[in-house]
Amino acid sequence: MLAGRGLTRTYRMGEVEVAALRGVDIDLRDGEMVVLLGPSGSGKSTLLNLLGGLDRPTEGTLEYRGTRLLFDDDASLTRYRRDCVGFVFQFYNLIPSLTARENVAIVTEIARDPLPPEDALGLVGLGGRMDHFPSQLSGGEQQRVAIARAVAKRPDLLLCDEPTGALDVSTGKVVLEVLDRVNRELGTTTAIITHNAAIGGLADRVMTMHDGSIARVAENARRMGPDEVTW
Amino acid sequence: MRAIHRKLWRDLWHMRGQALAIVLLVACATMTFVGAVSTRRSLQVSRGHYYDRNRLADAWASLRRAPEDVAEEVLRIPGVAEVETRVVAEVQLSVTGFPDPVVGRLVSLPAGGGQPGMNRLHLRSGRLPEPGRAREVVAGEAFVKAHRLRPGDRVGAVIHGRRQDLTIVGVALSPEYVFQARTGAVMPDDKRFGVFWMPRDGLAAAADMDGAFDDITLRLSRGASEPAVIAAVDRVLAPYGGTGAYGRDRHMPTRYLSDEIKQLRGTAIVVPSIFLGVAAFLLNVLVGRVVATQREQVGVLKAFGWGNGAIGLHYAWMVLVMVLAGTALGIAGGVWLGRAMTAQYTIFYRLPVFEHELETWVPAVAAALSVAAGLLGVAGALARAVRLPPAEAMRPAAPASFHATPMERLGIGRLLSPAGRMVVRNLGRRPVRSLLSSLGIAFAVAILVTGMFFGDAMDAFIDVQFRLSDRSDASVAFTAPLPADAALELRRQDGVLRVEPYRAVGVRMSAGPRAAHTALLGLDPGGELRRVADGLEGPAAIPDAGVMLSRRLAQNLSVGVGDRVTVEVLEGRRPVREVTVSALADELLGTSAYTSLPALARLLDEPGSISGAFLAVDPTAEEGLWRRLREMPKVAAIGQAKAELEAFRTMSAEFLLFFASVLVVLASVIAGGVVYNAARITFAERSRELATLRVVGLTRAEVSSVLLGELAVLVALAIPMGWLIGYGLATLTAGSVESDLYRIPVVVSRASYAWSALVVVAAAVAVALLVRRRVDRLDLVSVLKTRE
Repeated sequence: MLAGRGLTRTYRMGEVEVAALRGVDIDLRDGEMVVLLGPSGSGKSTLLNLLGGLDRPTEGTLEYRGTRLLFDDDASLTRYRRDCVGFVFQFYNLIPSLTARENVAIVTEIARDPLPPEDALGLVGLGGRMDHFPSQLSGGEQQRVAIARAVAKRPDLLLCDEPTGALDVSTGKVVLEVLDRVNRELGTTTAIITHNAAIGGLADRVMTMHDGSIARVAENARRMGPDEVTW
Repeated sequence: MRAIHRKLWRDLWHMRGQALAIVLLVACATMTFVGAVSTRRSLQVSRGHYYDRNRLADAWASLRRAPEDVAEEVLRIPGVAEVETRVVAEVQLSVTGFPDPVVGRLVSLPAGGGQPGMNRLHLRSGRLPEPGRAREVVAGEAFVKAHRLRPGDRVGAVIHGRRQDLTIVGVALSPEYVFQARTGAVMPDDKRFGVFWMPRDGLAAAADMDGAFDDITLRLSRGASEPAVIAAVDRVLAPYGGTGAYGRDRHMPTRYLSDEIKQLRGTAIVVPSIFLGVAAFLLNVLVGRVVATQREQVGVLKAFGWGNGAIGLHYAWMVLVMVLAGTALGIAGGVWLGRAMTAQYTIFYRLPVFEHELETWVPAVAAALSVAAGLLGVAGALARAVRLPPAEAMRPAAPASFHATPMERLGIGRLLSPAGRMVVRNLGRRPVRSLLSSLGIAFAVAILVTGMFFGDAMDAFIDVQFRLSDRSDASVAFTAPLPADAALELRRQDGVLRVEPYRAVGVRMSAGPRAAHTALLGLDPGGELRRVADGLEGPAAIPDAGVMLSRRLAQNLSVGVGDRVTVEVLEGRRPVREVTVSALADELLGTSAYTSLPALARLLDEPGSISGAFLAVDPTAEEGLWRRLREMPKVAAIGQAKAELEAFRTMSAEFLLFFASVLVVLASVIAGGVVYNAARITFAERSRELATLRVVGLTRAEVSSVLLGELAVLVALAIPMGWLIGYGLATLTAGSVESDLYRIPVVVSRASYAWSALVVVAAAVAVALLVRRRVDRLDLVSVLKTRE
């Protein structure tokens, strides 16, 4: 479904050039759950940003369902993000001035075939708190709103950057359950980046990143349930 | 409503204080623009209607005396469409209950009764005199109102030495007298000067003008050359003592009104520009700040597929909502201001009907200008929002970099407390923003300085006029030149302390192709009652030989000291002489020429003749003196320049107060808006820092001093800048209204400087206290927990 070849990303930090990603090849298959593991600075987030069309590679190409993404064409990148990709961020990044329902609506209003915001919030178990503002929700609830926002437009691809990074264990598990459910019920291809190796058990495949490259890819014979994961 | 619109409204609500400041600034800009433009338009329209409907003359000429058939000769001049002859006389009036001398100008109405062919009266009440009733008059409304007279009342007049009682039968306005001042006076004094219209036969009989005239009005045919007509009229009337014809541009009342209208155009440009500039700057800071704090939101929206255009539009709407709200408010305010100003002018210029007209393009242009200024102000911030790459938007912005300021490097920093250093560094980190904030406040100061300058200029004007120039208590003008011993006669009067005779003649002065009509005044070189002011400092010495010209006249003639001018006397034997310019005087008033009495006598070849005298009078003997002077047949008019100007000052006080109040409100809005905005932004940017200071043990007062210290520095810098800008604007204003009639001295009093600073400081303090409450309520824990 998504194929990256030779993805390289370097940043200029003042005088020095830093290579965040060094020629990564990656394939994501329809409907699978992938976990990208690795310590901070290993290039996980950079890779996720490239896959989601948030950033452009210094070198390399990305094909989505056989079509090459044109990184120089801002409008086509915007269309790709609008129609194909959903994001979940570590710090939720909800719009503080909008309620849970409105935070979802701001995305469904520009999507082609979205779920109603109410259904999306129901899916993450927040049917009862739709009219609360982010400041009135707990961290886990905020993250679930963020997931609802990401899945409400029925994306092909759900990209999650440390979705449980800011949460305690039990809240984190609730969020993982929601992600697992979305992947199984809606068949959304899901990529989760985390430095928490335990989460790898949920995935079909686990990719381990090190110093800007994918060091190892492991396939799980059986996906664990979120309730089985412990850390 | 779409979610993005909800976000817009909630964001605006969240920053409502700052948004309100911007809305008010835009409203002030729109209000002053719509107000000034609509007032200007309204004045033009009502003036146009008035002049057309009442057939204002195109040209005027005065002469000594000509037989009626000379009018035929004038009518034959190519370009002259209509001619009307009149008898006009300035006489002494006595009004019951008012002891001071009163000058009346009597203007004849056609012998057959009815309205004149031009300069028709607008009757306010009563009627025109009936044919054959020689002593019925129509009185000018200004005079009637000043003395609370009404039809049926009488005034006494001494015409050609004969006392007559005139009965007021009607009250009227005239397009010829939108501004009523006696000959030789600068400002109107409705109590001491009045215009009256009376039947030609009665006035001619009294003034010894039967079958003759001494004043003529003309209307020109379409496309006629006014200068050519005027030159031809002068040639025809010269043998009859013509003193030079002139068009509307030299007709004083008409000129005053058109100068006022011209001035309103400047107001319509300058004042709104200041407000829009300040509003654009505040928008720039505010929206820049919003985009910076919402960079993660921008990132999220972009991550979910919101396009650059849509994001840009979202923030553009944020600006548009404020600007359009301000414009709507401003248009309503502008209609009010326009009506109020037009009403003031309608009264001041005695226009017959109050007409307020707002052309449809005015609000549209006002809105377009505001929108343009607003979007220009935020263009940078919008571009930043649009350009922000989504991946970068998700990362927090790099921390601001601070440096020791140059001032600190010089070692002055050591003198400052840590709080002081924070103030200096924070201002120094954003020098442009700090400077612009200060400049914004400076404009508030400047607006006040410019507003109060009018009062100061008038005071300076009065001071120069009476301390340096005209120090007499009264001036007496004779009906015709008299021998020098007439002055002795005046000196013998009870209550007269000093007499200084003068001789005045109307002249046409020319140098090469340039020419000007003016008065040549012969004064006593050692005189103390009437001198010639040179600048604001001291009097100029009256030359023994040659002439001294006012600087403006010298400019018009393009001559300097030592040059020769041709002086053509417009009375008596009408001699023409070549004279040397021996000095220039920097006068505020008019375009006169001066010489010594003996020199003028030689020039006229009339030794010892005088036109009148300036008097110093014992105040306790005034009343009796006025009565006796009124009864002297050779005394045509008694002027009290000092009293007249004071009366004008009182009259215009209300007018000035109205504008001053409007300006104080406007300036407070600017100062309050800028200070509030600066305080809120600083507070928002640094609430973590301020909370940290609280946590480590600084008191509320100490923490506030960091915030308020910044504002104090901004205001302190703004005040001298504002004074300077205000002085500059005052100079510009004075330059724009300078004319042959008068020049406004550029003088700003200490009190005005102090007041302008005080108003702005008061507005700043009020606003700063409002923000200080936020420092007091700072929630320490939550502020430190939130991620910036």
